[in-house]
Amino acid sequence: MLSLSKGKSLSDVLFDAIVYLLCALIFLVIAYPVYFVVIASISDANLVAQGHVTIFPKGVSLFGYQKVFEDERIWIGYRNTIIYTILGTTFSMILTLPAAYSLSRPEFRARRFIMFFFAFTMFFNGGLIPTYILIKNLGLDNTIWVFVIPFAVNVYNLIVTRSFFENSIPKELYESATLDGCSHFRFFTSIVLPLSNAIISVIALYYIVAKWNDFFTGLIYIRDKNLVPLQLVLRDILIANQVFKEGVGLGGEAGGYAQRYADAVKYAIIIVSTLPVIVFYPFVQKYFEKGVMIGAIKG
Amino acid sequence: MFLRLIENGGYITLVNYDINKTGKKVTISTDKIKRIFLEFKRDYQLWIMVLPAIIVIFIFNYIPMYGIQLAFREYDFTKGIVGGKWVGLKYFKQFINSYQFERLIRNTLAISISSILVGFPAPIILALLFNQVKNQRYKKVLQTTVYLPHFISTTVMVGLLVVLLSPNTGIIGKMLRLFGLDDVNLLGNTSTFVPVYVLSDVWQHAGWGSIIYLAALSSVDPQLYDAAKVDGASKWRMIWHIDIPSLVPTMVILFILSMGGILSTGFEKVYLMQNGLNITVSEVIATYVYKIGLLSNQYSYSAAIGFFNTVINFSFLVITNWVARKIGNISLF
Repeated sequence: MLSLSKGKSLSDVLFDAIVYLLCALIFLVIAYPVYFVVIASISDANLVAQGHVTIFPKGVSLFGYQKVFEDERIWIGYRNTIIYTILGTTFSMILTLPAAYSLSRPEFRARRFIMFFFAFTMFFNGGLIPTYILIKNLGLDNTIWVFVIPFAVNVYNLIVTRSFFENSIPKELYESATLDGCSHFRFFTSIVLPLSNAIISVIALYYIVAKWNDFFTGLIYIRDKNLVPLQLVLRDILIANQVFKEGVGLGGEAGGYAQRYADAVKYAIIIVSTLPVIVFYPFVQKYFEKGVMIGAIKG
Repeated sequence: MFLRLIENGGYITLVNYDINKTGKKVTISTDKIKRIFLEFKRDYQLWIMVLPAIIVIFIFNYIPMYGIQLAFREYDFTKGIVGGKWVGLKYFKQFINSYQFERLIRNTLAISISSILVGFPAPIILALLFNQVKNQRYKKVLQTTVYLPHFISTTVMVGLLVVLLSPNTGIIGKMLRLFGLDDVNLLGNTSTFVPVYVLSDVWQHAGWGSIIYLAALSSVDPQLYDAAKVDGASKWRMIWHIDIPSLVPTMVILFILSMGGILSTGFEKVYLMQNGLNITVSEVIATYVYKIGLLSNQYSYSAAIGFFNTVINFSFLVITNWVARKIGNISLF
């Protein structure tokens, strides 16, 4: 402790300086790669490959985006993923919200047992093969329903929602509602749901992101080319490097040349495929810390 | 015998009780059936609301558990899961004796332990740091930015690594050249696979992971800081003596959860990062189960490896939970 005379001590000033420096560093480390992808996607492919594009876009070119929009594989994947995300999220919400409400009612005796029944699946599961055989036997594989019905309830989301209902819906509301002869159905639909915008937005976002980004389900269960979700198309293009249908020429000067253009397409496709999820998120962000997480982990 | 509605902590509850000679309430077991019936009548709407979720979880999470017996049977494509001949531990022995066993365990542990070592403290440090930023606008911008990568899909994340780390055309690959790492293909190298995997995971998820710690920090009683200030504590000491202790319960719970995944690595990311050059360090149990089971159709063998994995994970979870309860009186269950 150096001095208490003028508010801040030397060590506290030093402390603040270090905090802001570290925060600035973290900001750059996280933001720069994202920013780079954005400027690289609208810059000339050669300049990007030579490392001339660092802070501002150079030789503005929409070549990558043009190729992305010409590629029908991406359109099919995009369409499918939109359908799967809408159907899947809707179904998941319809299952999760009422179940969370039931489990939040303290007078519901079975709730402890049911909660255990749900939470157990977070730590123990049948494994890939038994699940695969089941889904095959049910005839869900290679259909759009495999994206919607199995695993529609995310237990973590269910617990978060239940905690929200427990902590944020005033007890007096239920008392007065029941005195007026209100049933659980009515209470849930006309009082609980309208009061729960925060949790509904957050859980919906979690489901949307999970469904939009789901690669595994498509990899395991889908064989029909017309049912392929976006993430599988992305794998082919971004990682397996099948950027152009003709393929990228490998080796030699011509190969390197083609790869530059392939990279331009990749930058564009990263933006196009990620944007829909990213644009929603800032609107929901304000709810993230507000009680949504707290007390949520303890089942 | 009385049956009536009483108010119980703000809720109207149906209670069936008798008053014995000492005046204490005693519930009557002979009326159990009646009570269950009345309760069901009262709660039937709650049952209807929770039932669809129960059904879906039962079908897709519990029925596969019944299918685990496949690991102990010779799978017969014509007879289904329970039709095959019982072979006991044959497939478990086959796995433990296979030349792949040691490598798979080593690779899986290398990835998951480094992920825990680096990935577990990272969100805590971020939260402690962000908590010191008093300017609300900066804080908001900072948080919005660090949460963002969490929403990128695994496929895009690995795609990003491919383009950014490329030694010829990638920006990070080029930067590394300046540091003398000439022409190192970071994704096709056995010694860089784990660091790239772990660090990119921290880059993507540490910010998001800090939310839960920030929430815990925001609930610290401000009087504690005031009292510390009066005692002349510096900010370092306040972090050490107030912030960190207030995070301990959250840390313990999250640590138990991460130990429950000690033999699990995210299938998607490892699978997508695999290539011929790094396969000796990148083949893990999850990817092997997929390849053996679905690409080579050895269902029973694959189910056995999967079950082995689940049992080890579950044991670690239970043991860590037990230790945490003994030592710190904090536990998940």
